[in-house]
Amino acid sequence: MNGAIIQFDIGADLFPLLAGTFAAMGCGLLGNFLVLRRLSLMGDAISHSVLPGLVIAFLITSTRSPAVMFAGAAAAGIATVVLVELVKNLGRVEPGAAMGVVFSVFFALGVLLIERAAMRHIDLDADCVLHGQLETLVWYDAPDTLSGLLTWSTIDAVPRQVAVLAMMVVLAVMFISVFFKELRIAAFDPALATTLGFNATGMHYLLMVFVAAATVASFEAVGSILVIAMLVCPAATARLLTDRLLAQVVVSGVIAAVSSVGGYLAATSIPAAFGKDAVNAAGSMSVMAGGLLALAIIAAPRHGVISGWVRRRRLACAITVD
Amino acid sequence: MLPGISLGIGVQLEPSQLEQLRSSALATAGDRLPTLEQIIETVTLRGGYNTNLVIAGTTLLGLAAGIIGVFALLRKRSLMTDALSHATLPGITIAFLTATALGFDGRSLPVLLLGATVSGVAGVLCIHAILRFSRLTEDAAIGIVLSVFFGAGIVGLSYIQANANTSSAGLNRFIYGQAATMRAGDVAIMGSIAGVSVVTTVLLLKEFALVCFNDAFAKVDGWPVGAIDLVMMGLVVLVTVAGLQAVGLILVVAMLIIPPVAARFWTERLWLLVVLAGVIGAASGYFGSVVSALLPRKPAGSVIVLTSGSIFAISFICAPARGVIATAIRRLRLRLRIAGDHLLERAHELHTSVLPASVVDELAQRRGWSRWLRTLVIWSLRRAGMVGSMTSNGLEVLRAGMARGARVSRNHALWKQYLISYADIAPSHVDWSVDQVEHVLSDALIAELEAELTAQGIAIPAVGSAGR
Repeated sequence: MNGAIIQFDIGADLFPLLAGTFAAMGCGLLGNFLVLRRLSLMGDAISHSVLPGLVIAFLITSTRSPAVMFAGAAAAGIATVVLVELVKNLGRVEPGAAMGVVFSVFFALGVLLIERAAMRHIDLDADCVLHGQLETLVWYDAPDTLSGLLTWSTIDAVPRQVAVLAMMVVLAVMFISVFFKELRIAAFDPALATTLGFNATGMHYLLMVFVAAATVASFEAVGSILVIAMLVCPAATARLLTDRLLAQVVVSGVIAAVSSVGGYLAATSIPAAFGKDAVNAAGSMSVMAGGLLALAIIAAPRHGVISGWVRRRRLACAITVD
Repeated sequence: MLPGISLGIGVQLEPSQLEQLRSSALATAGDRLPTLEQIIETVTLRGGYNTNLVIAGTTLLGLAAGIIGVFALLRKRSLMTDALSHATLPGITIAFLTATALGFDGRSLPVLLLGATVSGVAGVLCIHAILRFSRLTEDAAIGIVLSVFFGAGIVGLSYIQANANTSSAGLNRFIYGQAATMRAGDVAIMGSIAGVSVVTTVLLLKEFALVCFNDAFAKVDGWPVGAIDLVMMGLVVLVTVAGLQAVGLILVVAMLIIPPVAARFWTERLWLLVVLAGVIGAASGYFGSVVSALLPRKPAGSVIVLTSGSIFAISFICAPARGVIATAIRRLRLRLRIAGDHLLERAHELHTSVLPASVVDELAQRRGWSRWLRTLVIWSLRRAGMVGSMTSNGLEVLRAGMARGARVSRNHALWKQYLISYADIAPSHVDWSVDQVEHVLSDALIAELEAELTAQGIAIPAVGSAGR
């Protein structure tokens, strides 16, 4: 305790914070199109079912190289989406139940396969898939001051996870800006998109590939629980704050960043203030995102509970006066 | 090593629990495959007290979850149970911390499950609040509650691991479940929950069915829909919380969702659906725990889910009522019948009993038949005795085929007349819709049509020479 309320140590905190923020922003931006298409739970399903993809990729190749892991997880993600569609359409099963069936079977398979991997004395851990290992991204010979960061050696020190996540944010931004028009039409009116000659189904799968990619890029550092939270919460919050899609996308990115920075600082600083050890940052970021959403539900300028109440009272007064 | 999944942040078992494990088949099985004797022993419930406890517990849990899951499925709440189970985690950690702070044993199961229930219910209420007070859709509300509550639970777990003075004593087992740690008391709880679910379902089946299929009507008819719904939801909470310890909060939802969805493929009747779902759930629970008792390092929860998943896959593909194969065959039959009808109708229209190949080609092209379908159509007509063989002159249409062609053609005319006279559809527009319907008009409907049209003095096509 050095008296400061907010604890921040460049060596221990900078990279975890960056990783969390990049993961949150990437997922938050993509989440807009899931929330609008009522596919929020697809993120949930995919992030559960990448587990067997990761393990199978690992069992086949015996390496943990990012490319292999990515391929395995992306394949599992796509398989999930295809299977959910199949079960839904061919089996005439309700969408929610179809998702539940597919992802829980995938997850169970993953847990079982991890046991097989563990038999070979290899450390693959379901826990880190769930809640991540942000805390391990420590920069041991970090400079003491912020000005010390402005050197080339800083770039060399950036861990792979952070670089991958940064890349994911860039890719997500590029994807959304290139396909903004298509995504918008597909989000609001897939039938119109088809009649206009866009391939709405193709768009759907492309979006799902990005969601799977974001999940994979994030899982190692931040865990799938933050992925699920960030795919839904920032977009939902932004949706309550604005009626325009472009504004919603921008706002959701900001909210994702705010909740991850806020969540991270809360995870390290609040326990420290009571003399305790830091808690799980990914969980704390999710809670922060939920808190911001709750705030938006209550106090959003047009769609909030308070403004709705005020509007009704005003209307009641106006009617009475008339 | 532990029978459950190896948890990164070490689960420490008490010595008594370890002893229990050692005495069970799980630990003795070592790394070898079980012998036939061991298999028979375990399957017939002679594999030792602890093994039997686990088998009994998971079987009862599967039964209860399968039955209750039916109503969750019919109420379209499958994924709400997912949010519910994830939302139990913060309650577990808070209960642990509170109990420890008050000087009790934080690991006591009733205390933890009470916490789980409270926060699970709070999660469901949050979903309802989000739906009520914002314009967000249900999927978003479920995703929000699921991730935020689970995040809070993870924060709580990490706090306990880092700071609590007592050992965290495997709170992680609620995430992945550890069926092997089940004790007699837990099995008694599973048994009573299964009993309560069965009894309630039997007593309230009619009420449940009413609310599931038409809640608006139930409300208008004066039924206490809210209370009935509450009972259904309460049972879901009960089963979820009971399943936490055995299969963990991620997979307990599978026990609620998969058996009903699998059973749905076999039947259209509610009581049968409930029975089947219960049986599938119980069978998966039984099989899952038997396998995990026989093989080392096979966590029961996963095996249970994979078992019910396999039952689902079989049902999805093979079930006679709604399975993929059955549906495909039904569709193909209808398609063949319609195509065959078109062919015979053409023969009737041309007043020829030998259809030249060029006519068949032209028809196939106009109707968009693939070469494959064309061959199949002629094959199925020949099997039904409607047509003879394809000669150099063309396809020979037999007597029965000509009769069918005449009938289809007449149905077409009747329905067309009806649509023009009664449905006010422009004559230029009727043909397309008639084309769809002419093949499926039943004899009773035809008779009705004839009577109706005759009564109105509308000319109806005469029964052809080869008519019915």
